[in-house]
Amino acid sequence: MTWIAKPKVRHPSLPKNRLGLTPRDYEGVMSTLCAGCGHDSITAAVVQAVFELSIPPHRVAKLSGIGCSSKTTAYFVGQSHGFNAVHGRMPAIATGANAGNRDLIYIGVSGDGDSLSIGLGQLCHGIRRNVDMLYLIENNGVYGLTKGQFSASADVGTKSKRGEENRQPPIDPVSLALTLGATFVARSFSGDKAQLVPILKAGLQHRGFALVDVISPCVAFNDHEGSTKSYKATRERIVPLVLADFIPPAEEITTSYEPGSVRAVEMHDGSTINFRKVAEDYDPTDRDAVQRYLREREHAGEVATGLLYVDPASIDMHAGLGTVEQPLIDLPFEQLCPGAAALDTIQEEYR
Amino acid sequence: MIAEARDARPLLDSEQSAVTPSRVNDFAFKIATPNGTGSSSANDLIRKAIFRMGVPVSGKNLFPSNIQGLPTWYEIRVNRDGHTARTPDFDLLIAMNPATYARDLAEVRSGGWLLYDSSWPLPRTLSRDDVQLLGVPLARMCTENFAGSRERILMKNIAYAGALAAFLQMDLDVIRELLGQTYAKKKALLDSNFLAVRLGYEYAREHFDCPLPIRLERMNATADSILIDGNTAAALGCIYAGATVAAWYPITPSTSMIDAFQKFARKLRRDPDTGRGRVAVIQAEDELAAVGMVVGANWVGARAFTSTSGPGISLMSEFIGLAYYAEVPTVIFDIQRTGPSTGMPTRTQQGDLLLCAYASHGDTKHILLFPCDPAECFHFAVNAFDLAERFQTPVFVLSDLDIGMNDWMVPRLKWDDGYRPDRGKVLGADELERLERFSRYLDVDGDGVAARTLPGVHPRGAFFTRGSGHNKFGGYTEDAAEYADVMLRLGRKMETAIDHLPAPEIRTVAGAAIGIVSLGGCHRAVLEAMETLDARGVPADYMRVRAFPFSADVSAFLREHERIFVVEQNRDGQLASLLAIETGFPRPRLEPVGTFGGLPLSARDVVDGVLEALGAEGQGS
Repeated sequence: MTWIAKPKVRHPSLPKNRLGLTPRDYEGVMSTLCAGCGHDSITAAVVQAVFELSIPPHRVAKLSGIGCSSKTTAYFVGQSHGFNAVHGRMPAIATGANAGNRDLIYIGVSGDGDSLSIGLGQLCHGIRRNVDMLYLIENNGVYGLTKGQFSASADVGTKSKRGEENRQPPIDPVSLALTLGATFVARSFSGDKAQLVPILKAGLQHRGFALVDVISPCVAFNDHEGSTKSYKATRERIVPLVLADFIPPAEEITTSYEPGSVRAVEMHDGSTINFRKVAEDYDPTDRDAVQRYLREREHAGEVATGLLYVDPASIDMHAGLGTVEQPLIDLPFEQLCPGAAALDTIQEEYR
Repeated sequence: MIAEARDARPLLDSEQSAVTPSRVNDFAFKIATPNGTGSSSANDLIRKAIFRMGVPVSGKNLFPSNIQGLPTWYEIRVNRDGHTARTPDFDLLIAMNPATYARDLAEVRSGGWLLYDSSWPLPRTLSRDDVQLLGVPLARMCTENFAGSRERILMKNIAYAGALAAFLQMDLDVIRELLGQTYAKKKALLDSNFLAVRLGYEYAREHFDCPLPIRLERMNATADSILIDGNTAAALGCIYAGATVAAWYPITPSTSMIDAFQKFARKLRRDPDTGRGRVAVIQAEDELAAVGMVVGANWVGARAFTSTSGPGISLMSEFIGLAYYAEVPTVIFDIQRTGPSTGMPTRTQQGDLLLCAYASHGDTKHILLFPCDPAECFHFAVNAFDLAERFQTPVFVLSDLDIGMNDWMVPRLKWDDGYRPDRGKVLGADELERLERFSRYLDVDGDGVAARTLPGVHPRGAFFTRGSGHNKFGGYTEDAAEYADVMLRLGRKMETAIDHLPAPEIRTVAGAAIGIVSLGGCHRAVLEAMETLDARGVPADYMRVRAFPFSADVSAFLREHERIFVVEQNRDGQLASLLAIETGFPRPRLEPVGTFGGLPLSARDVVDGVLEALGAEGQGS
């Protein structure tokens, strides 16, 4: 029903954040995705996360590639600039944008089609550079917008609507990211907003590349019997390995925890992530242990979800480049152009 | 039996004048060495010494696509009139690579000289009646005077520089001063280098009649010039233009431009308090990513660029189309090399003209700038950023390997401190506050350029940048009329841009019936050729195209001449094609002249080509 414009009604009981804005101020235009699409739930979680963090809407920069998931940047934070890049090449845009203006809040939305085939290279190098951004993979195992081809994350044995069976091993963005040295790795499910929102908040605050793989069933092409990424199959296999609460620096911890049941990790900016462990000895800051543990869960047929790994000492791209604190776009021209006298001096070397 | 005995007999004056008349400050020589053995220090020393003697000089490196061990040549031309284009005629060959002795000997002009390392005898088959052999035992002398195999190899080259100093009458004081500057902080190196110079110098003077008829004499032709390569100059231009982001991928011959940019940035873009950089240089994982980063950086309002060569442009095509359609400023330096495909990575060509003019699928057209030398590389770099931001579109600076990687004599660069970057139509926070609503692609003034906004400035400025069909409000569209409306405006935008591009340089000569059209690195060869043609009774007008799309002046020049010769270095006459496509001038009347085998153009290439086409007898120049 996208021909109906969204009503601009502000209900008085809507909650307000520190800027005096309501969640409605963080919405975008009406979605044109299929009814029941997992992506729309993720969009709602993004809206809530940005709202709760009290980020000024215009300070968000939304980036996406091509695909159904890449369309969703229009459906949240309407008062911010967006860039729909070409297929699989959004990380390059994000990297350049971040290089020029490090102070914006970059949210990259992609899919398994956009990120794991044509975009695989740029995804890997975005992780390696540790570009400071939130990177969402809305993962449904298919190319929805081009009508249902397998993507590189399709499980072995999963069946397409036409009955074809996939035989190629899937690429798992979570284990890929861990191997490449990613400093923030999480997986969630579009149907579990309670788990996803804190993950998004933590990812937005993380100083580095925050990879969040969200299983998001495709009702049109991959929600049938025989699909391993259907709503049904996902709910059966999913195991919330880690539940995390994100506490910004200014806020008190309002949740109460059983003593000894929480591992608190302090982030660079003073915020805290409390990990409520489901399993013993799960250390979300030990990369090797996390990789081992995830592989075990996988062999057992489980999909582990939660904020799986975080490196609190993450060194992002700008730290690596040694750039000034100020966004490069804000540097006055006099600080960039050496001037006529300097040119004379420089040229002495060429005489 | 010592090889020297045969070679050491100096020519009698009578023999000399019969073989080669004395030529002061007008000759060329070529140095053949295996690459990776340190000859570039010696070659730089020679070239700079000549320059400091006030004599116009140019050096061209013919290097292989290889790191070590294959043949490489360095060509130095000395010309009192300032003609520094390549010449195929070499008076003197310095043959330091036994692997290429035969080929090097064959390249010496009749009456010329071959200098070789007589530590080992020359094969008896290598001789020509009309070439004098000059044997200097460079390796032996270096073995006697230096320890360590690496030092001996390096000093051998400096020793041939010393020998040349004797043969060509180079000023030893100038050489000493240059070495003193290079090794200002390492006296031991200064001493050993100058020792090597003297070894070669003294041997030559003792065993041969020095100087040769081809020789140097001090002049005063270089006081207001510098010797610089195009890539360094372009990098400096980017610094001066205020570029803050560079994204790149290594490829010959553009890598040295980024190296230079980083070197300048380390010195000139350091925050004095924190030592941090006021610049971000990102080595991307490939050229696709590099240009994407450039687009992203420009999108947020930074001046960003990349530098690459033909193969990189091919990879970048998709993003170029996006930048064109979504109207994001983008600056791309294409240091052209020989194509197609991998081609010859270390040879030059102007073969990317069509590729860059219309890069990407669909209806696209891009601004191209054609610098003719390093000085224009500097100035056009600055222009490129202004044009890209004024017209919100990709701008290509089309240099080539010869300009980019060789040292050219150019007038000293001047900078106007009054320069302010043209950031184009960008609406700031105040303007957005006053607007009721912002729409990205509205052509308010009718010049085809719509105002843009930058992310993060004001909520009312928000819009989507997208490569998909869009209407003038920036909304997604599949409507025929809306789509066409935007496309037609892009066409109008490019028409407006023409008046802001560097105008063609036109020289007319009384009585000229023919017109020569050329661009870029061909320029100096054309200028020299025109003098020769004029002397042969074939005066020509000359138009050097400096930008694309073409202005009305370009069409006018074509229409005003009975015969037009388009001088360029590619097989298919790409400049001629562009002229025909864009101006409607009949293609058959654009007669091609030029060589495309990868070597820089020479005046002889142009003269022979024109005379052949005119039916005159082609005589050697």
